[in-house]
Amino acid sequence: MIALAAGTTNWDVLKPILAESVVQTLQMVLTTLVVGGFLGLVLGVVLYGTRPGNLFENAVVYRILDIIINIIRPIPFIIFLAAMQPVTIKVVGTSIGTLAAIFPMCVMCTMATSRLVEQNLVTVDPGIIEAARSMGASKLTIVRTVLIPEALAPLILAYAFLFIGVLDMSAMAGYIGGGGLGNFAIAYGYQKFDQGVTWTAVIIMIVLVQVVQGIANAIAKRLLRRGQ
Amino acid sequence: MTNDAEPIIVFDHVVKEFRQRGASGKGGKSTRAVDDVTLTINKGDIFGIIGYSGAGKSTLVRLINALERPTGGTVTVLGTDITTLPESKLRPIRQKIGMIFQQFNLFSTKTVAQNVAYPLQLDHWRKDYQDRRVAELLEFVGLSEHANKYPSQLSGGQKQRVGIARALATNPQILLADEATSALDPETTSEVLDLLRRVNERFGITIVLITHQMNVVQQIANRVAVMSAGRVVEGGDVYDVFAAPRQEVTKRFIATALRGLPDAERVEAMHRDNPGRIVSVVIRQRDVTRDGGDVPASGQNISETIARHPAVATSMLYGGIDTVTGQGIGAITYEFTGGDADLEAFLAELGERSDLVDFGTAERPVPYEQAIEKGGAR
Repeated sequence: MIALAAGTTNWDVLKPILAESVVQTLQMVLTTLVVGGFLGLVLGVVLYGTRPGNLFENAVVYRILDIIINIIRPIPFIIFLAAMQPVTIKVVGTSIGTLAAIFPMCVMCTMATSRLVEQNLVTVDPGIIEAARSMGASKLTIVRTVLIPEALAPLILAYAFLFIGVLDMSAMAGYIGGGGLGNFAIAYGYQKFDQGVTWTAVIIMIVLVQVVQGIANAIAKRLLRRGQ
Repeated sequence: MTNDAEPIIVFDHVVKEFRQRGASGKGGKSTRAVDDVTLTINKGDIFGIIGYSGAGKSTLVRLINALERPTGGTVTVLGTDITTLPESKLRPIRQKIGMIFQQFNLFSTKTVAQNVAYPLQLDHWRKDYQDRRVAELLEFVGLSEHANKYPSQLSGGQKQRVGIARALATNPQILLADEATSALDPETTSEVLDLLRRVNERFGITIVLITHQMNVVQQIANRVAVMSAGRVVEGGDVYDVFAAPRQEVTKRFIATALRGLPDAERVEAMHRDNPGRIVSVVIRQRDVTRDGGDVPASGQNISETIARHPAVATSMLYGGIDTVTGQGIGAITYEFTGGDADLEAFLAELGERSDLVDFGTAERPVPYEQAIEKGGAR
């Protein structure tokens, strides 16, 4: 028997699945944000630094990274997920499950983060970097103590923006058995014509996004108030 | 100023070229920002480097702390040839060279105290020593009560004083000031210049001052170099250069600083109101010795010459005498009227022992630039 009306949804069965889905989503999103966010930060600093005229100026490295990122970023994630399958098997050992979803998510997140980081670092006044150089600060010290602190407020907003992007990616994990809220909404809501279930998942995601964006806004606002 | 001058910065035939960006591939055009500069700056100097924007002075000053590397020649700072010194070995040198900037370049996310402490952290000072040094520096620049503010809460003059405190933190021997007062109003400029003079006098720090404002040089420098198109076209003791400039570019700069010489608009106005011959007489208190020949004092014979030529009517229109490194300098502008022959004889005699800037009459005015460049170039 298929339950057609919302009133007949069996929440006793769905509740544990929903809970597991939330956990899976958080697992995927947080792992991706930490790993991809960090690698993207490094890659973004390299991108910014190797730009012509910057600290580690290197036209060859910049061109190569720039091209790689430009090739990967426009690929729709659901296709990227499928295309990465052979690599995922090599790296993770399987192409199915939450972990198998996390790997391509991290790769895509690294690419997106690097671009956002680069764009935010470019706005740091080069005069400030020159001042630090004039005091004898090494290049890596400048990155750590000047460049990133000066760009911190917009970087935090950029990461909040990334959170939403990563959440979006995680919704497609269901296609390779990764589970998560996206999969829950499709499998138990959309495919069973149960709007109530679909919207439950949607609302949880909205709440997640609101909380993260709210926290990021508050931090950025505090940082900006002293910086302006 | 002293005879036992000890060189602290020496440029020897320094060239700096920049490869033009934009056009892809190799063999792009290169511009020569610094062109064969040979210059010695002595310990204790307040050395002004003046030039229009694009003259290469900002590049020149950045060669001193190796923010830019020369394409040719050698740069010696504090006895060390830094021309090809690797970046890793520059740190001890850079810590002896403070730098302040036109846009202050303070760290916007650090407080005033944190800004000043930054170079101390780089130098791995103990925290309590850092705190004591920061307090001492903030007191010296008069900003103790602003220690916990952020740069955005300060005025321009205050920001520059933070910049100075930060630049002095590690007890440097040289302070580079890159257009340090160009973003400030005249009153604040004087305050900052006074502070720089105190830095020089109290700590014996050599100051290299880049500017396009001649009055900045006049107010605090003891030596000056004039840059134009990458070259040092003229230089020496500030009074000497002010009193007997040789290059046209120098004369134009000096005309902007000495209140004695009227500007073009004022000359025009004087022509409108006065039909006679408008002439500025340069006042130079003493003879000036420069390596292209001596220049005698000027303007010491005005009264006697006027007295000797009763046929020429005189009225004083404009003037001012300034002090440059303690010596008087300036110009007084007169309207002289009389018969052509009388006037020429009078001006010839006056010109024997004075430099004249002849702006002509209302009917036949001499173009301003031409008058300035001709005057004093006898």
